[in-house]
Amino acid sequence: MTTPNARRRLLTAASLLVLVRPAAATPERMAQAIAAYTGNVAPKTGRVTFEIAQLIDNGNAVPVTIRVESPMTATDHVTGIAIFNEKNPEPDVIRCTLGPRAGKAEVSTRIRLATSQRLTAVAKLSDGSCWQQAVDVIVTLAACIEGEAP
Amino acid sequence: MTARALIHMPASAKAGEIVEIRALIAHPMESGYRPGADGKPVPQDVIRGFTCTYEGEPVFAAELHPAIAANPYLAFFIRASVTGTLEFTWRGDNGFAQTERKTLTVSP
Repeated sequence: MTTPNARRRLLTAASLLVLVRPAAATPERMAQAIAAYTGNVAPKTGRVTFEIAQLIDNGNAVPVTIRVESPMTATDHVTGIAIFNEKNPEPDVIRCTLGPRAGKAEVSTRIRLATSQRLTAVAKLSDGSCWQQAVDVIVTLAACIEGEAP
Repeated sequence: MTARALIHMPASAKAGEIVEIRALIAHPMESGYRPGADGKPVPQDVIRGFTCTYEGEPVFAAELHPAIAANPYLAFFIRASVTGTLEFTWRGDNGFAQTERKTLTVSP
């Protein structure tokens, strides 16, 4: 049987544990970050192709390519491409700015993934519309968690 | 402080041709979420921004976050129009700033 004091100590310890956990993105924070990026325009599904392996051995450097269907003319082009995630420490991954002189709405990079999760690629177009594609990926060896070699 | 930067792009193109540019810079992109040998998180040190200008005009820019892998790699496209200079600039934590230049020769 626990005394009230011991219980209080346990409760304090539990709340401390919650406090020291690093901040992490959640599906809600990802949705908020997307809304802030699009200026509260709800992205439609389509036009965006999110190329990423679905099963990832190593989350430290995952190649990704985002391709958006667009003629890339002065009057009709992609103005931005961004990637968001729901389980890395931060919901943002990258935000790119493009113009008609980009010629092709396609960006490739390498990203880190803390764990298996859903990623969303969002594209903003010059007509104000926003498009997205979400993908679920499985990560076997996560980034972020391992420390330096002793 | 100069980091090794690699930029792959053709030296020449025809006017109107769409050219792929691949840029990579040596940088640890220390996320700030990784524990060091003492168990404390290693302070964040990342490249936060990248810009590419073509004859002074911005053609591509990226805002990078800690979720970008070490030695940030970016591949993107530009439409060749005139012979000119492409300027690539990376900026980051701890005053990191580096600029590289490449010339693109454009034939009509």
